[in-house]
Amino acid sequence: MLTIENVTKTFFPGTVNERVALSDVSLRLAEGDFVTVIGSNGAGKSTLLNTISGRIPVDTGSIVIDDKPVNRLKDYQRARYMGRVFQDPMAGTAPDLTIEQNLALALRRGQSRGLGKAVTRARRELFRSELVSLELGLENRLKAKVGLLSGGQRQALSLLMASFTQPRILLLDEHTAALDPQRAELVTRLTKEIVEKDRLTTLMVTHNMEQALRVGNRLIMMHEGRIILDIDEDRKKQLTAADLLAEFTKIKGAVVDDRTVLG
Amino acid sequence: MEATLELGLIYGVMALGVYLTFRVLNFPDLTVDGSFTTGAATAAILITNDVPAWLATLAAFAAGAIAGTLTGLLYTKGRIDGLLAGILVMIALWSINLRIMGTSNLSLLRADTLITPLREAGVKGTWVSILIFLVFVVIVKLIIDWFLSTDRGLAIQATGNNEQMIRSLGVNTHGTAILTLALSNGLVAVCGALIAQYQGFADISMGIGLILIGLAAVIVGQAIFAGRGIFMATTGAIAGAVIYWLVIFFALRIGFNPNDMKLISAVLVVAALLLPRWGFLKRIPSMRQILVASRARGAEIPRTEAEAGAPRDSTMTGVK
Repeated sequence: MLTIENVTKTFFPGTVNERVALSDVSLRLAEGDFVTVIGSNGAGKSTLLNTISGRIPVDTGSIVIDDKPVNRLKDYQRARYMGRVFQDPMAGTAPDLTIEQNLALALRRGQSRGLGKAVTRARRELFRSELVSLELGLENRLKAKVGLLSGGQRQALSLLMASFTQPRILLLDEHTAALDPQRAELVTRLTKEIVEKDRLTTLMVTHNMEQALRVGNRLIMMHEGRIILDIDEDRKKQLTAADLLAEFTKIKGAVVDDRTVLG
Repeated sequence: MEATLELGLIYGVMALGVYLTFRVLNFPDLTVDGSFTTGAATAAILITNDVPAWLATLAAFAAGAIAGTLTGLLYTKGRIDGLLAGILVMIALWSINLRIMGTSNLSLLRADTLITPLREAGVKGTWVSILIFLVFVVIVKLIIDWFLSTDRGLAIQATGNNEQMIRSLGVNTHGTAILTLALSNGLVAVCGALIAQYQGFADISMGIGLILIGLAAVIVGQAIFAGRGIFMATTGAIAGAVIYWLVIFFALRIGFNPNDMKLISAVLVVAALLLPRWGFLKRIPSMRQILVASRARGAEIPRTEAEAGAPRDSTMTGVK
């Protein structure tokens, strides 16, 4: 499905600001995997997603989707394989366009965009039925500008736009982090429903350990550009946030110890 | 007066082009100062060489589109700031326009132009020709309205609105930006070609300060046609162009010198940008609210009274 092999990325190489964001990262996602990614700030979680989506080119290593190497493809060329929701609720939608126009844009993900009418009656019906699943009443506001929606509504719409064409991979980059707890809960629930309904292969970055344990069938932890923990479904079910935190501190401590010793 | 309306409607074509870049793509494109003259020069040289006027006007569109494409390439592939990219092409076009014309002024007075039939029928400067120009510019407007509502057009709108998002949906935003700049400058060049035929000559300096007329048209139009849809916005751009020329017309009437026109253009743009923020035009929506409120008086009384707290509003209600 998605294979990442020995990917390395260093920002500002050769300067005082040199920072290794990804260090020899390998990861293999099976069809239908829902992987949550946790780790502290600067661990490389977002960089990992950005290298998969093509926004950041890798230094070395390969990224393969469905047996096709995509290293050389630009971000907009890879978009046909993947839907993406950003952390910023403003980032995933066009504020001056209407809800139906935004959905029409998402409907043509990765396909050629010709001179056919963007919002046809048939498409409008499709959008309406898709919006119903969000349970936010947006199906009655198809002609409202997206800029008028609240952050939570926009993020729910972004999620729908990223997923309803059933891309091969769904990338979620801390997409609930900027929302208040209630809205975050709503978007988390919608994420779970949407991913389970279509069995989408999903990679979800989160800061919230409890959320990382609650959703998905696999969990990876990153630290300083490496994957330091990879937990499968059975083990994940037994873990608590406290276990995870303890694990995290232990590994982090070990890394620091190594450094201290080597230094 | 009739001639002013004709002029305003022809310039409406250019206003539509400026609308595409300035509002839809969110790109302040200064290429138009050059591409306007490029269109005039291309059409003029072809017409004086006995090419049919409609073909010459189409060629002007192509020439303008090439100029726009150059600006687009500098902006996207060259990663040059949009303003600077436009200025560079605009300056370069000055030399190219001179090369096209071979001289700095080319007369079309005895040539067969698109305007010749109007002149021969004796309708130039009458309501008949105003109607013809109106139909023409409305057709152009409707084509743009339609184009922006297609899948491709919507991708262009999204490029100007949220580039990151539309890239993540698989659109090459370099392509959409270049396409928009080409279309926009093509329209501006067609306008230049029509103006050259209308006034009977092409001149190397006819495009100077043109961007201001375009901005004035788009901004004034937007201030009046407050509705935010594409349909209203393109209508506003045309109306804005007509209003611009009416302002110029009346400015000349009350004794301003033609040399003052650039200054008046600049002042008009500044006024259209600042006045809505300073309150004069801000009152228009509140006036509308009051009208609505007073129509549905029974149910709306508490709200109207609350609004009447402001002295301005109470006067309005008093008038009513």
